[in-house]
Parts: sequence; structure tokens; C-alpha cells
Amino acid sequence: MIKPVLLWSDALILLLLLTVAALVWLARKNDTFRAPWRQVMASRMGFVTASILAVYAGIGLLDSMHYVERLPSAPGQQAQYSGEVFSALDALLKPLRVNVEKTYSSPLATHLYAKETVQGPDGVERRDYPPLKYPGTHLLGTDKVGQDVLYLSLKSIRTGLLIGTLTTLIMLPFALSLGIAAGYFGGRIDDAIQYLYTTLNSIPGVLLIAAAVLVVQVQIEAHAEMFNTAAARSDVRLLALCAILGVTGWTGLARLLRAEALKLRELEFVQAARAFGVTDARILLRHLLPNVMHLVLISVVIDFSGLVLAEAVLSYVGVGVDPGMISFGNMINGARLELAREPVVWWQLAAAFVFMFVLVLAANLFADQVRDALDPKSRGRA
Amino acid sequence: MSGLVVENLRIEIAAGGASNPRVLKPVDGVSFEIGANECVALLGESGCGKSLTALALMRLLPDGGRVASGSVRLAEEDLFALTEAEMGEVRGGRLAMIFQEPQTSLNPVMTVAEQIDEALMAHRGLTGAAATEESLRLLESVGLGADKLDAYPFQLSGGQRQRALIAMMLAGEPEVLIADEPTTALDVTVQAQILRLLKDLQQQRGMSLLLITHDLDVAHDMADRVAVMYAGQIVEWASSDALYAAPRHPYTQKLFAVLPRLDRRGERLDSLPGRVPGPDTLFVGCRFADRCPVAFERCRVETPAFHEAAPGHFARCHLADSADESTSRRVRHAHQITPNGAHGAPYAAPLAVVLEVRDLAVHFPIRKGLLKRTIGHAKAVDGVSLQVAAGETLALVGESGCGKTTLARAILRLIEPTAGRVSLLGEPLAGLRGEALRRKRAEMQIVFQDPFSSLNPRMKVGEILAEGMAALLSLSAAAQRERVADLLNQVGLPADAVGRYPHEFSGGQRQRIAIARALAVEPKLLILDEPTSALDVSVQAQILNLLADLQQQHGLAYLFITHNLSVVSYLAHRVAVMQGGKIVEQGEAETLLTRPENAYTRLLLDSAPGRGVGS
Repeated sequence: MIKPVLLWSDALILLLLLTVAALVWLARKNDTFRAPWRQVMASRMGFVTASILAVYAGIGLLDSMHYVERLPSAPGQQAQYSGEVFSALDALLKPLRVNVEKTYSSPLATHLYAKETVQGPDGVERRDYPPLKYPGTHLLGTDKVGQDVLYLSLKSIRTGLLIGTLTTLIMLPFALSLGIAAGYFGGRIDDAIQYLYTTLNSIPGVLLIAAAVLVVQVQIEAHAEMFNTAAARSDVRLLALCAILGVTGWTGLARLLRAEALKLRELEFVQAARAFGVTDARILLRHLLPNVMHLVLISVVIDFSGLVLAEAVLSYVGVGVDPGMISFGNMINGARLELAREPVVWWQLAAAFVFMFVLVLAANLFADQVRDALDPKSRGRA
Repeated sequence: MSGLVVENLRIEIAAGGASNPRVLKPVDGVSFEIGANECVALLGESGCGKSLTALALMRLLPDGGRVASGSVRLAEEDLFALTEAEMGEVRGGRLAMIFQEPQTSLNPVMTVAEQIDEALMAHRGLTGAAATEESLRLLESVGLGADKLDAYPFQLSGGQRQRALIAMMLAGEPEVLIADEPTTALDVTVQAQILRLLKDLQQQRGMSLLLITHDLDVAHDMADRVAVMYAGQIVEWASSDALYAAPRHPYTQKLFAVLPRLDRRGERLDSLPGRVPGPDTLFVGCRFADRCPVAFERCRVETPAFHEAAPGHFARCHLADSADESTSRRVRHAHQITPNGAHGAPYAAPLAVVLEVRDLAVHFPIRKGLLKRTIGHAKAVDGVSLQVAAGETLALVGESGCGKTTLARAILRLIEPTAGRVSLLGEPLAGLRGEALRRKRAEMQIVFQDPFSSLNPRMKVGEILAEGMAALLSLSAAAQRERVADLLNQVGLPADAVGRYPHEFSGGQRQRIAIARALAVEPKLLILDEPTSALDVSVQAQILNLLADLQQQHGLAYLFITHNLSVVSYLAHRVAVMQGGKIVEQGEAETLLTRPENAYTRLLLDSAPGRGVGS
């Protein structure tokens, strides 16, 4: 028996999915909306990268369907649930999850990576590589505590995607509204917004993030009853990280949009709209925003790639996600010591590297395709 | 012989990408020659292939473009047979080119001297003191003083930049100078100076000059021989005198017929239907047949040969030699000249005054320093008074920077005026706020110069037209749709334009959309800010006719801002000449244009092309 659990981040992902689905449904008849995407999917590069991204997203979504298992209880007693939260991905990958070795083993190995004192069948103790419990099943080897590295890599995808997407979504409203408003209105509004982002930019990012994470940590401990599972606690910490990255990360895009809006507001279609007495809000929404969307799209994808990497860097420094949460950053953090070992344990780092590399590369190449498709100048060429 | 000979030049551009490869032929068999000490004008509307021809001569075709066949010989040397390194010697040396935009053809972080020295070093090996001396001599020859040697491009005016660029190009002592629309971006008085300079330099140095232009008058003033291009081919090639006296190709004849001029006041301008066919069109027969008023069956099946219709006068038309005078008459006859009461009509007693401007001033504060204290004012508009009546066109003439656009924006309250009064239909605009101002906005609208930036590329035409109605008129959705359809019909656009985006339309059609957008809110006053200066002459004629029709139908008052005096002389009832933020002369068009009293007005009129370049 299981009981579904909705973590905060799951709720946000669900909301995001519903929004995207609604937008696609509304725009399904709009040919100018569909044509560029059709063009992207028609190109080989676009199709391949979109497929890769879809696989990543699928894994991330499976990993966002959380549940707790019901503990066996005596009849008539109230149902008791386990404190450990699993996801649909955990269920699918159960063999990988439960087939735990004692410690490091290299990819597809049959024996452990380090020699131990083992008792032979003849009762004599020898130093030798002990055989694995599940030889040849660990495609990417196992880590220090014997967990399957492939399982860890797949579980890290959700964390990476979540940081990339949520942070971008938190950042976008700031960047869009403040950037365009600064460029369009100019004067004191521009001064104020510029002052704000120059100040934000001059505070060292890691310092700000470290401080924010510590504050959240304290808050979680103060309200322990709200976060009764380890998963819920690390989830909140992840969201806090996204929030702080988002609140500080909008400055670059805002600066870009301000410059573009400065240019656009002098264009004659904006002047014509003003001559009609169209309200400022409507001019921002109808005339400026659609004309900066190509910039937004490109920089969002580039930021997304950067954020997946930033998570790794921050976890390495120790202010990233919860150490108990499986993420690329924590995998790399662990690899720091493994690389200092002799012989070197390389597969955990290699696995994190390959999974991140494929995700970021696919996202960048896909964005290139989308940008080409959305650019009216290149549309004629294809 | 010396000079430049172009034979059967064909340019192909690969387009369509890998999935759908197409070959465009923007230039298809162009032959002409420029003798030593001769000026040849390559004349044509946009998209006819004249700039690509020039780039091909320099071997500077853009990516994807290549010379498919033909030869270019500079003093008997085949340029297409040279290696790239050898061509590098020729380019900027014996064969030099100046471009349209003086702003972008000079490097902004190098001084004029450095840029001229670069050319001197590359082509004549001059350095140090010798180079400085030579740069100075070159600058003097283009009429710039020694003090401009150490100036950066931003410190120079547009005309000075063009002079500096010419000096740079002269550094290599070219035998042939190609000038691609060298004065299009310049004011009319500066244009006259630059054209005179080019003419003088060409004669003093015995250079050949290839002048690429769309302006018939400029070509007439400058060229010894003129080649008229249409759809990638030369359709007529003759000495300037012969061509302007009796054009033989119907296209050339039409180009003359669509020009607005003082003596065409009151007439409806002839128009050239349709547009220049694109470079991907497959032609059968004559390329001009679809738009030609005298086309007959043979034109549709047989491509006319490029032949000598009269001594030294070549044309690509079946009718060129058979009928000297009668073709021309028939071209003119095919278009019924209808008197047009809306404009150019004898100036009657003024009707109701729509717009009245009194002592309007717009001063921009100049702020300096950390605290941005105001240290002075730039007086963009400095005490302007004018009035426009219903059904009347007031032309506001002036050069760039004289404040005419600022004046327009101040009238519309897009900029707050510093002082003065603007009243519309007797009601002062100053102090109006919120709803009252919005209602007043419906009575005055503006049409801008650039048909590309004046329409939001991400809105459909229907949405663009409905925007003003939604903001200013309270109409039901059905009434709005009906009105949009009606507007499209009025400006001569198909009804299915509603669902299309601006980029699907040509420049002239976009200008029609912009006019329809302004008309949507039923204004009484239309401010036209250079509405035709970005358009080809044939399209300009269509738009001017449309404006005349609309004025007649709706009794609109036009404030027509322009620098083009031929348009003014054709269209305006009254003219106001603006200089340095002030109106220096104002009066009825015919009087002012024929008997100007102000010195500046006279200078403007004398600078207009078509009166010879002077000496």
C-alpha cells in the first residue's frame, strides 16, 4: 500500500506543467506560433536535441511523483507510513536502488575495488578483492557506500532540472518587468532600477547565497514539525536555493532588455501607439514584450545551462543543496576525495560529467535551433 | 582602352538552404562601359540589382553570391582572372568605391588622418611625413581643412564624413571610382555640394565615375551616359541628353511620368502598377511586360533583344525603334490624365482652421556633471506659429536637425512643449489630461517615414488597425471588423491582409497600412512625417495619389513634413520653410517656390537636383 506525497517542489512542477499545457492548448491553432517549432522539429539537430531533452524531462517527472509506503501494522490499528519518501523513478529502478554493494566497485566489475581480508572456503584468511553481491550489474560502478552510480546520476537529473527551471522562472518576472520598464520609461524609474541591479551585482554572489541558505537552515530547524521527512527538508532547502539564485540572477537579462527597450521605444510603431493614447501598460505588453522575446528565449536557455552548473559549484563549496540530496553537485563534491585516492575512483565524476554535459549541450544546441526558427531573417532562408 | 568594360555580367545567389535549394539571379546579363574621364549613372529602383553589380565589380559579393559568367575589364585587365591578392591591390587602388552611409563606412575609433594613411600605405607605400603631406593635400582637394586631419568621424557632420571618405578613396589614385548612392543619406544642400565635388574631382583627375542612384535628377545632373536597370537587366543605355530628351523604353518613360513636379499640380500622378519582380521570378518574354502599358502579344513570348534603336541609344524593347515618338505618346496616353480637385487646385478661401500653433517652443535641457544640473537648453523648436485648415496641405520643409520632427511630436503631445499653444479645432491641447487628451488624440494622427519600423512586426495587420479604435473609439467587435475591412479597401489593400503580418508586405503596402492605421480613428489632421522618402518613385506616386484621394474624401488637413521639394511643389497648398527651430519663410506654394524671398529658401531650391551641378 502506498500514499502519494506532494512535496513543495512537486506542486510547483505540477503547476508549471499545467500552465505550459494550457498555453500550448490555447496556441495550438495559431500557425505563427506553430511554424517555428515545426521547423525546429524538422531539422535533424532540432529533433535529436529535443528528444534528448524530452528523455531528461521524462526522468525528472518520474522522479517528481513521490509516495510513502505503508508500514505493516496490526489489523484495526491506524495505518502507519514509512518516513522515507520514494518516487516513481525509485520504484522503476528498484533493483539499482536496493542492490547495494559494500563500497567502491568499478563499472561492470565483479569484485570490489579495494582488497579486504576475506576468509577463503578453506578457512584461511587472505587479502583479496572480495566478490560483489551483484556482479556485473553496476553499469557505472558504485560509490563509497556501495550505491549504484547510474542510479545516483538518474536521480540527480531532477535536482538539476529543478534548479535550472525554477530559478529561471523566478528570475524572469523581475528581469522582464524591471528591464523593459527601465528602458521604456527612462528618467527616475530607470535610475532606480539601475541602482538596484548595480547594487545587487556588486554583492558577491556566493556570500549572499551562503547567508540565505543558512537563514533557511535555521528556519527549517525552528519549524521542524512542518518538515517531517528528510525529503521535505532537503526539498525546502532546494527551493530556497532556487529562490535566492532567482532573486539575484535577473540582473544580466534585465540589463540586456533595458538596452533593447531603449531602442524599441524610439521606434515608430511605439510612437504611433502613443499617438493613439494607448496606455503604457499595454504598450509594454503588446509592443515591447513580443519584440524582446527572442532575446529572452536565448538568454533563458543559456542561463539554464549555467544554473545546472552553478548547482554543482555551490554544492562543492558547501552552500548548495542539502548534502543528503542526490545531485550532480554532491556527486562531484564526493569525487573531490575520490580523485585524491590511489588508485583513482574516476567513474562517479565521469558519470556526473557526462550526464551534465549531454544536458547542457543539448539545451544549447536546441536553443540555437529555436533562435534560428524564430528569427524572421533566417526564416526566409530555410 | 582605359576605363571599365563590363560584359554580360551574371550574378547568382544560392538560397533556400539544403532542403529547398534555389538559385536567384539578381543580375542577369549586364553589359556597359565607362570611358576614361566619363561619368556613367546606373539608374534603377530598389531591388533591380544595381548595388550588387557594383559589388561584383569590386569582387565583394556577399556570402552565397557568385559571378556566374561575364567579365569586367579595367584598362584591358580582366578583374575576374586576378588572384585575390592581386585583386586586393586593385581594390581601393585603381578601382575604389564609396558607400551610401558615411556613418558606417568610417571606422569610429580612428582619426581621419589614420584612415587616409592606411590607404596611402597600402596602395602607394607612403609613410611618415610624406603620408601626412599627401593626406593634407587629399583633404584639401575634397574641401576639408587641415584641422580635420586629427578629427574622429563623430566630430564631423554627414557631409564632412562623406568628403573624408572620398579623400580616403582618392588616396589610391583610382582610375575608376564607384559611388553607390553617395548622397542618399545627406541633406539636399549637402547633396548638391558632394555631387559638385565628385564631378569636379572626376574632371580634374580624368577619373571614370560610376554613379549608382535611384534619383533621375541626380543622374541627369551628373552623368554623361545613363544605364537604366530593371529586374537585373539594363533596359536602356544611352547618352544622358538622348535619354532625357526621348526615353525609348516604356519603363524609363514611366519613371519620368511618375515624378511629382510643380507643373503636374492638380493632375493625378501617373502610376506604375505592381512591383519590381523578385530575383526568383522565371521570365518568359519581356521582364517588364506585366506592368507595361503598351505590351502586346509578342512581349509575352519573345524576349526583346538589347539593340541599338538609334545611334548610341540602346533599348530592350520591341517597340524601341519602330516608333520613336508614338510609343512615348502611347505610354502617356494609356494613362488618362484626370484633374484632381483635392490638391493643387487654386487656393480658395481657407475653410475651418483645424490646427493652430502659436509660438510653440521645445527646449531640451542640457545636463552636465554628477548632479545633472541644467547648464543650458537645446532649442529644437523655437517659437513656431502655423495653421492648417481642413482640406489643406501645409508642407513643412527643412533639413535634418532643423526641428521639424520634434515639432510634429510636440503637436501630438508625444513630447511636452516648453512654451506656446497648440489648438485643435479651436480647443487648446495644453493642460488636457487623461480621458480628454485621449479623445483629442483621435482627431490628429501621424504617418511615419520608415514603413518598416512603424509597424510592430509581431502584430497582424488587423490587430494593428484595430489598436487605435480599441483605444479611442468604443466600437463593438463586429463594427471594428467592418471598419478594418473598409479601411483596407480605402487604401487599396486586399481584404485578406487582416490576418497577415507586416513583413509579408512591400514598403509601399506597409505605408498604406500605416495610413489606414492613422485613418482608423477618423482624424481631422494627419501629420505626414516624410511618408514617401523611403519609397521608390513609382510607389511614391501611388502613395501621393492615395493621400490626395483621401484628402478629397475626408476633407483632411495635412501637415506634410518633408525635405523633398519636388513632392512639395506637386502636393502642397502652402509651404513653411524651417531652419534652426524657426520658420524662416511661409507662404502659398506657387509663390514661395517660384519667388522665394528668404536666402535659405533660395539655397534649398537651388540645391534641388535636376538643375545641373553648377560649376
